[in-house]
Amino acid sequence: MRTIILKTASAYLLPVLLLFSVFILLRGHYLPGGGFVGGLMASIAFVLHAFANGLSNTKTLIRFHPGFLMPVGLALAFLSGMAPLMFDLPFMTGLWYPEAIPVIGSLGSALFFDIGVYLVVIGVTLTIIFTIADTI
Amino acid sequence: MEIVLAIMIGILYAAGIYMILRRSLVKLILGIIILGNGANLLIFLLGRITKGSPPIIPGDLKVFEAAYADPIPQALILTAIVISFGLQSFAIILIKRAYKVVKTDDLDEMNAIDQDS
Amino acid sequence: MLIAILLGFLFSLLLVFTGKFFKGKPGIISAAIPLVLFGYFLQFIPEISAGGTIVHSYSWVPSFGVNLDFTLDGLSLLFSLMITGIGFLVFVYTAAYLKNHKYLDRFYGYLSMFMAAMLGLVLSDNLITLFVFWELTSISSFFLIGFNNSNPESRKSAITALAITGLGGLSLLAGALVLGSVGGSYSIDELMNSSGEIAASPYYILIAILIFGAAFTKSAQFPFHFWLPGAMKAPTPVSTYLHSATMVKAGIYLLMRMTPVLGNQEFWNSTLIIVGSITMVYAAIHTLFRTDLKGILAYSTISALGILVFLIGQGTEAALLAAAVFIVVHALYKATLFLVTGIIDHQTLSRDVTILRGLRKVMLPVAIAGFLAAISSAGIPPTIGFLGKELTYESTLALVGTPLLWIALILITKILLLHAGFVAGISPFIGQLPERFEKTKKPGILLWGPPIILSVAGIVFGVFPGIIEGSLIKPVVAAMGQDAGDQHLQLWHGFNTVLWLSVATIVIGTVLYFTIKPSQKLVKMVTRVEYISPESIISGFWSLFNKFSSLWTRIFQNGYLRNYVSTILVFLIGLTGYVLYNTANFSMDFSTLSEITVYEIVVVTILLIAVFFVVFTRSRLAAVASMGVMGLAICLIFVFYSAPDLAMTQFSIDTLTVILFVLVLYRLPRYLKLSDYKTRIRDGVLALSFGSIITILILEVLAQPVNMEISEYYAQNAYLLAHGKNVVNVILVDFRGSDTFMEISVLAIAAIGVFGLLKLRLKKTDQR
Repeated sequence: MRTIILKTASAYLLPVLLLFSVFILLRGHYLPGGGFVGGLMASIAFVLHAFANGLSNTKTLIRFHPGFLMPVGLALAFLSGMAPLMFDLPFMTGLWYPEAIPVIGSLGSALFFDIGVYLVVIGVTLTIIFTIADTI
Repeated sequence: MEIVLAIMIGILYAAGIYMILRRSLVKLILGIIILGNGANLLIFLLGRITKGSPPIIPGDLKVFEAAYADPIPQALILTAIVISFGLQSFAIILIKRAYKVVKTDDLDEMNAIDQDS
Repeated sequence: MLIAILLGFLFSLLLVFTGKFFKGKPGIISAAIPLVLFGYFLQFIPEISAGGTIVHSYSWVPSFGVNLDFTLDGLSLLFSLMITGIGFLVFVYTAAYLKNHKYLDRFYGYLSMFMAAMLGLVLSDNLITLFVFWELTSISSFFLIGFNNSNPESRKSAITALAITGLGGLSLLAGALVLGSVGGSYSIDELMNSSGEIAASPYYILIAILIFGAAFTKSAQFPFHFWLPGAMKAPTPVSTYLHSATMVKAGIYLLMRMTPVLGNQEFWNSTLIIVGSITMVYAAIHTLFRTDLKGILAYSTISALGILVFLIGQGTEAALLAAAVFIVVHALYKATLFLVTGIIDHQTLSRDVTILRGLRKVMLPVAIAGFLAAISSAGIPPTIGFLGKELTYESTLALVGTPLLWIALILITKILLLHAGFVAGISPFIGQLPERFEKTKKPGILLWGPPIILSVAGIVFGVFPGIIEGSLIKPVVAAMGQDAGDQHLQLWHGFNTVLWLSVATIVIGTVLYFTIKPSQKLVKMVTRVEYISPESIISGFWSLFNKFSSLWTRIFQNGYLRNYVSTILVFLIGLTGYVLYNTANFSMDFSTLSEITVYEIVVVTILLIAVFFVVFTRSRLAAVASMGVMGLAICLIFVFYSAPDLAMTQFSIDTLTVILFVLVLYRLPRYLKLSDYKTRIRDGVLALSFGSIITILILEVLAQPVNMEISEYYAQNAYLLAHGKNVVNVILVDFRGSDTFMEISVLAIAAIGVFGLLKLRLKKTDQR
């Protein structure tokens, strides 16, 4: 499957797809999208890159094992749920920054939770696919 | 259309069950996937289907004014789809691993080996 | 008070990590814990004897009415002091008894766990917490009986004990739940106020039976008594502590605790009197047929427990006073006798009464302790045992109905118990010392100290009953709702019937001791009728039960996945089909349905063709490709019906699944047909009928009106509360955020599982 065309294309596709996945993630609160879909898109981007350039190249590109994204994402989601406790509010209460921010809209703890989901999904998908591709 | 979808879901269930009842390991996984899809559609259909009005509050409104599709089944199914991916990959690897150890893809033979040791 | 209870648990937890330090000599340090607790409980005596109760409440699951309420009244104080006081002596004794045992730390861990659980049991005011502690005592007893886990006999006894007491625990839980729902509270204190309503309720008999089930199993009443002799497989300190002084009295405690709630009813009193008297006589007769010292003591313990149940059943003020005194009496002398037996066993390695003689020459202090305990058990003045016996006779004489029968039974029991006490406490020490025991080593003070303390206490309390009368005994009676104000404990009552009964007991018992000697012949006699004992009947029942369950397992759990699936499906089809047949109306309002359009039909057709291919193709690649097509068709269905999020997710997952399959495809087994034609037809019929049931079910549900309340709440508040407009996403990350968090955790676990399965190296032995 390693064709020149795909290889060349994937070099440009990877950043574009990743940007797109972040876009999907951030707009999730207002329009279709969110952490799950965004995470899956990002994983597909990496898998495409792996198909075109070989797994080892993709691995050197990421630099660290994708499995590390899982605890990072889980911790982020958990902390965003814990944050309200500092203000004497129950676990997982939504906190909101009063001013709206362009593109993202309102900024709140739910967004960080969604980013956590995004990271976990990337971590899980890439761990599964890379492990399988590695050992077979 | 609901009736057509209901029949289709019934067929998905039947196909899934039939595959699960086979002795081949790969068919077992495919059966589980089909059954999972059938279940997702079942939940989706039971939440009633609505055309052309996704559960997204339009433009500058703050609450819905027109009809909208039920968001709860959608949220349920969304997580179910992602979870089922985890389940599928785990099942695939488990079967691959079992195949490597016992060198058979016949569930019955696998059972016999299990009892021997 | 919570800390007092938790101390034992904390110590046993500490031992897990620092166990090494407590092996060998330093083990004795652990005795500080019961000693401190004993001191702690002693300080409450003035307040309790003045009629006060101390209540500490900590809420645990308030929404279910389950609280950690601890109440210290006369009854719990007596038990707490017994638990910690005898506990202290046993902890000290153990340090010498198991000095070089390699699991001494483990033993202390179990022992202090037991102590803490037992304290929790007697201090709980809440029935549910009482149940939790009750089970904890059963579990620690299980570990302690099976402490010599290399011995199959110990393991078997441990399991029997756990099974019997565990059964009682379930009965207690059921009883507590029924009692709680009838009385409207789980607090024993509050239940006392509604005892009238409880007695009038139609569930009264059920509650009483369930509570009896708990108490009779724990306190080894006939016909559940047989686990206790088996429990003597445990090291002697355990027999002393759990199986004579404290744990087996938990059932007695429960009955006493429940007396103000459930007592004073015909059913309650007569059941207790009958069961108690059967147990006391049956077990007392059994003591004649044992030659093992611990066996004799086990049966005499059962008999004593029977006397206690008998007394509680009488329910009068005099009887409850007698019971309270007898608890103290029994704890003191029986613990002494057990400790003495333990010393004999430890030094001579024998417990056979037919060969043990003249040991006073090698262990005089032990002989003194044994003698004092024996006369206390015999009820010879001036011991406290005499007081206990007098009170027992007195209350039984006052019994209405047929006192002559009960007097005769209790007289027989007391005579036989006197005999048993003499055999265990005196006979090993008198007579000529056999040659084989001449070189027996003298026991250290750690061994003989505890029994001396206990037996001397028996004499002191007997001579000066005032020490315990006001401080311990009367508050117990008061806690059971009776007033024992004008009763006084004293040795001399004047010449009356009670005194003559006492004299008769002592005379006949002593004569019996000199005429009947324990011998192997008597043991053989009793084994001949063993097959009608409750123990063999129940073990027969158990083996029958085992056979039945293995038969059942062989039929339904045969290890073939498709048989399981088929069984479940047939059952499901039958049940759902039956209900649908009876209730469904098979009518549909077609006007509410959405219209059929061409592109929808096309997508559905594609999907069905794909499914058909997956099922019937012979090529793996074709099957995987069809799976992909099926996923895309579902994705389109989501697009049609206003679910853009689902469509996006389904699309991505479908892509990834196909990639996954392609990666492993050629490593997977071939895609062969393994089943024959007949099986396939059968499975096809099963699958199709299940599919039709699902379709009918969907149509039935669609004909019902839908409840949108929750959805509307989310939809209306998505922007107002959660500042989001995509309701699906808002539900996922905000309204149901904790669910999503759990879900991503599950995903992470699946990934770790895959990683582990693949990176795991196979051992050579696993490879075929």
